Amino acid sequence: MTTGTKEIPTPTVRRGLLATAWRELKRAPISAWFGLAVVFAYVFVGVFAPWVAPYGEAEIVGAQYQAWGGQHVFGTDQLGRDMLSRLVFGARNTIGIAFLTTALSFLIGGIIGMIAAIVGGWLDQVLARLVDVLMAIPQLVFALVLLSIFGTSVVNLILIIAVLDSTRVFRLARAVAMNVVVLDFVEAAKLQGENILWIATREVLPNILPPMVAEFGLRFCFVFLTISALSFLGLGIQPPTADWGSMVRENATLISYGDITPLLPAGAIALLTVGVNFVVDWFLHKTSGLKDGH
Amino acid sequence: MHPIVRTLLQRVSLSVATLLAVSVIIFLMIEALPGNFASAILGQSATPERVAAFERQIGLDRPPVERYVVWLGNLLQGDFGNSLASAGSPVGHERTVMSLVGPRLKNTMFLAGLVAVVAVPISLALGLLAALYRNGIFDRLVNLTTLTSISVPEFFIAYILMLFFAVRLPWFHSLATVNTDTELLERVARCTLPALTLVLVIVAHMMRMTRASIINLLASPYVETARLKGLSPARVIVHHALPNAWAPIVNVIAVNLAYLVVGVVVVEVVFVYPGVGQLMVDSVSARDIPVVQACALVFAIAYIGLNLIADLVAIITNPRLLRPR
Repeated sequence: MTTGTKEIPTPTVRRGLLATAWRELKRAPISAWFGLAVVFAYVFVGVFAPWVAPYGEAEIVGAQYQAWGGQHVFGTDQLGRDMLSRLVFGARNTIGIAFLTTALSFLIGGIIGMIAAIVGGWLDQVLARLVDVLMAIPQLVFALVLLSIFGTSVVNLILIIAVLDSTRVFRLARAVAMNVVVLDFVEAAKLQGENILWIATREVLPNILPPMVAEFGLRFCFVFLTISALSFLGLGIQPPTADWGSMVRENATLISYGDITPLLPAGAIALLTVGVNFVVDWFLHKTSGLKDGH
Repeated sequence: MHPIVRTLLQRVSLSVATLLAVSVIIFLMIEALPGNFASAILGQSATPERVAAFERQIGLDRPPVERYVVWLGNLLQGDFGNSLASAGSPVGHERTVMSLVGPRLKNTMFLAGLVAVVAVPISLALGLLAALYRNGIFDRLVNLTTLTSISVPEFFIAYILMLFFAVRLPWFHSLATVNTDTELLERVARCTLPALTLVLVIVAHMMRMTRASIINLLASPYVETARLKGLSPARVIVHHALPNAWAPIVNVIAVNLAYLVVGVVVVEVVFVYPGVGQLMVDSVSARDIPVVQACALVFAIAYIGLNLIADLVAIITNPRLLRPR
């Protein structure tokens, strides 16, 4: 990982990352293809939301609870806003917030976890015990407690979930980094007098990347579901921001009339998490060589 | 002292310590409240006298350590204090947190128990079958189905069930309204849909974990030996694999029942079931901190307790710990 490695050719990587990725993709199962397609479609819709959506995010364009068809493909919601447009903008808001939260949680948990593994000693012990205690409270319950104190806002939501979720990231980062920090090149870097952040990002991080990437996918799903659940409970993303969890809640009464509109945002959440899970499942199978026993 | 007793005691004291630490965190919530707690609750327009009276009433004028000790002492006697939603009302009309949480706790435990009774046998059986016929069609189908159902939100499953089995086909109640007078059978009937939702989620989790631990077990050398000796598959499983499988199986059950603790919050809200989860959500909206604290503590106790039971069973059934060298 230090300057020495540059002279040594490593054939598997040198084939070109894209070529390798394509070769793996061709052999990927249908479920992985399906997952990738779903993820790309969501990202596309989220990024280009204002061009995809026929109406504005909070624009009132018709009567309340209009039926499907005509000008409004999926009808209108409880305030007369276009359902399809809300769904499209919901992709941007819900996925964006969940992604930001997961990234923040990896930044916090990953760095502290690697530092705990590198430094070791009492710092490691104190952090590990602290995380044990924090993890002894179910995450959704803990989030509810913190939201009741700090109040419900998007910033609070992101910070609270990111901090709570970083305990899980810390656990994994610390556990996998433990195996790396005992290796010679980390020792060498320590003797060279490199500072701890340098060791963490240049020596340890590249070696723990595959499990962390897979974990990112899983954590994203979990964070995404937690935020949607909180929004559904009315304690997450607040109106008039279009968000799938709150949209289910706002239109839930339609279910008792046999209308499936509230299932659309719920289904949008479900489809994305299923897609991401399929991709992660395949990735885990590839990187860990898990072949189920025999 | 027998080493196993020592291990058990260590594990129990670890749980007690964790629980104490959790209670400190939950207690510190009020300290962490930005700004003045009393005026946050009573509103900006409250007079200074009223704020002072309120602070005296809930003991905010004393130092935190003293308050924690008093608070913990009261908790141990089952006194969680008064609900803040009734704080403004004259003395004698306040509702204690216990009177709010108590009956709802019974409802939640009833629902969770119902789910556990149905879900545990089903998922153990399915997990075992998937492990025995792994990589076959059945296994792949089950794998895909369970992966799908663990990754969708609970309210999605809940509303689908409600739409099809309560609205389109009026077989079950769409709302699980029960009270203390509801008969047992009627109670079960009204809880069908919330219970079914949780069963679907839990079975998926539990089955996957059962499958993984059974496969792990079947790959071990002594099972291989037993099979090579020519024993029948049934004998290999019942006599050789099962004695070592109790710990992972109990662990799977406990972890999933602990998961149930959280899943119940959303499902209770969907079906308007009067349980602790719904109470907690309502109290968070109303910022009724003592009730939120009590609910959080109830959930934490259930969670820590279930994990403790799993570990204790794992210790007791571990042959290596039972007969140390």
